Amino acid sequence: MRYILRKLGFYLVAAWIAVTLNFALPRLIPGDPVQLIMTRQSQLGPVPPGEEEVLRRMLGLGHGNILGQYWDYLVSIVQLKFGLSVTYFPTPVTTILRSSVLWTLVLVGMATLISVLIGISLGTLAGWKRGTWLDSLVPSTTFLAAVPYFWVALLLIYLFTQVWTVFPDQFSYDPGLTIGWSGEFVSSAVRHAVLPAITIVVSSVGGWMLGMRNMMVSTLSEDYVSAAEAKGLRSRTVMLGYAARNAVLPSVAGFAISLGFVISGSLVMEMVFSYQGIGFQLLQAVSNNDYPLMQAIFLVITFAVLSANFLVDVLYGFVDPRTRLAR
Amino acid sequence: MTTADITSAAGPAELPPGPSGGPAVRLASAWRTVRRSRRLSIGLALIALFVLLGVVGPFFAGDPNGFSMDLAQPPSGSHWLGTTQTGQDVFDQLMVSTRLSLVIGVAAALLATAISVVIGIGGGFLGGWSDETLSLLSNVFLVIPGLPLVIVISSYSRGGSLTATILVIAITSWAASARVLRAQTLSLRTRDYVLAARLYGEKRWRIVLVEILPNEAAIIVSQFIFAVIFAILTQAGLAFLGLQNPSDLTWGNMLYFAQNAEALSSGSWWWFVPPGLCIAVFGAAMSLISFGLDEVLDPKLRVYRPGRQKRSRRQPDRQHPDRQHPDQQQPIQGEEAAR
Repeated sequence: MRYILRKLGFYLVAAWIAVTLNFALPRLIPGDPVQLIMTRQSQLGPVPPGEEEVLRRMLGLGHGNILGQYWDYLVSIVQLKFGLSVTYFPTPVTTILRSSVLWTLVLVGMATLISVLIGISLGTLAGWKRGTWLDSLVPSTTFLAAVPYFWVALLLIYLFTQVWTVFPDQFSYDPGLTIGWSGEFVSSAVRHAVLPAITIVVSSVGGWMLGMRNMMVSTLSEDYVSAAEAKGLRSRTVMLGYAARNAVLPSVAGFAISLGFVISGSLVMEMVFSYQGIGFQLLQAVSNNDYPLMQAIFLVITFAVLSANFLVDVLYGFVDPRTRLAR
Repeated sequence: MTTADITSAAGPAELPPGPSGGPAVRLASAWRTVRRSRRLSIGLALIALFVLLGVVGPFFAGDPNGFSMDLAQPPSGSHWLGTTQTGQDVFDQLMVSTRLSLVIGVAAALLATAISVVIGIGGGFLGGWSDETLSLLSNVFLVIPGLPLVIVISSYSRGGSLTATILVIAITSWAASARVLRAQTLSLRTRDYVLAARLYGEKRWRIVLVEILPNEAAIIVSQFIFAVIFAILTQAGLAFLGLQNPSDLTWGNMLYFAQNAEALSSGSWWWFVPPGLCIAVFGAAMSLISFGLDEVLDPKLRVYRPGRQKRSRRQPDRQHPDRQHPDQQQPIQGEEAAR
């Protein structure tokens, strides 16, 4: 329990720093961003009364001194008052977030899970059969890790939509269909997710494989592995039940850390595929100087990553009791 | 620039020729060191190629933005990598881009490494309250997702200059290596020779610079290498999203222009493939150097990075013994491979 509380405390501090950073950033914008947004919004249609006040508060540029501004900003975040988006005027920012978060969550979540499973299985084998062809493959994965996500994505689009027309090249579903649990819609969504998912898997599987292989190699020289072998246990049992089970622990912990990297990569990937997730909306926001949407997306991503980290930490405390005792 | 940094850390064999031992002997022994590891020699050769391309290439290149009448030509004798839609020579562009990409990568990585050395070693060595604060800071920066932050900052500051890009990349990428360095410093500062220096009454800064820093050189170099890769990838991503000044030619900007002109769907693969391939090959070469260095330095590494018994003793020292960044595990691979 103390362990969980300590972790919770840390992530609260991290969240507070992120929120404060987000408060400071709009001051970088030259000129008065609120006036800028108001002008653009009024060109697009009638602006509801009170919108200027909401914008000022959520960008931390309200009235009074800096402490008052900071307080107003915190209040508007807690109340989820992000104002209206410029890109999709006059849709509120929260509506856009709600419709796009799920796409990213499902796609990135599934792809990461697949990548972790493949990477850890291959890494286990490579570490177990050290010095064989599988093991000599490991250094070449550094090449994959250094390839930009978006470049892989574009190549895949070229190959699978231009050269062989197998998969659709953009959007997260066929725009002609209505969203729902119909078979037609689900199969369209799955077909649209294949290429983005492959992109994530290809670019991230190498890291998992490398980490697992290294831990596997160092675990194999532990005494309990030798003891298990000496007992005459089947090599499958030694590999999975003794070595891999212990070697996988750092990978579980690494899962949380790498989530940040995966999110970053998938942001750019989504933009390439015009996949209507949160990364795509971020690009829309950036290219339209849509500050309210941008602020909200940054906060959503940060909070998602922080909570995932917290969950993994708590889970890890249960999986590996040693961590609860340390300090 | 890059090669000089890396080779100088490859051990005493690479020190500039001093009064003892002729330069020829030194060079020969450095050459032997490099030859011992195939990964190291391949990596160094590739990086040397890139440096040559970036440093010397632009002098021979024609105007990279000069238009010509050869529109979207495939590779040929006069245009080695073909031309763009507006008739610019892709190979000329690639050489100029290489220079700027390398400069950004190395500068951002140097800055990030410097920050991580100060915060990691400083915190680990001082201990107590300042260590708590500094390691909290690096853990927070580690969990806040970097790219969204960089995107938002670049967008607020309107694309911005090269210096701004370098600063932003460095500020978002120092945390992981600061943590590794802190853990290492914690273990080093209780070693006998550091204690001896303290008893001697050595000044603190001298202990850090003379006793601790040299013993972490291998780790710092490896962190630097991965920082370069990260910086180049991040800059490419930013440029691809159109968040960089389009008149600065980098690999990422080339991809941005290629994508905007729909180079791939119109079949101009020679415009789109080379910049991405450069990024990937450069990154792979840097990782090869890092692995190769571990291989070469292995006997020394084993002296102060001991085996299992000591590792378990060191664990409680860490802030988060439960977490290992992938980078932290990489040295293990080199150690094992050399066995």
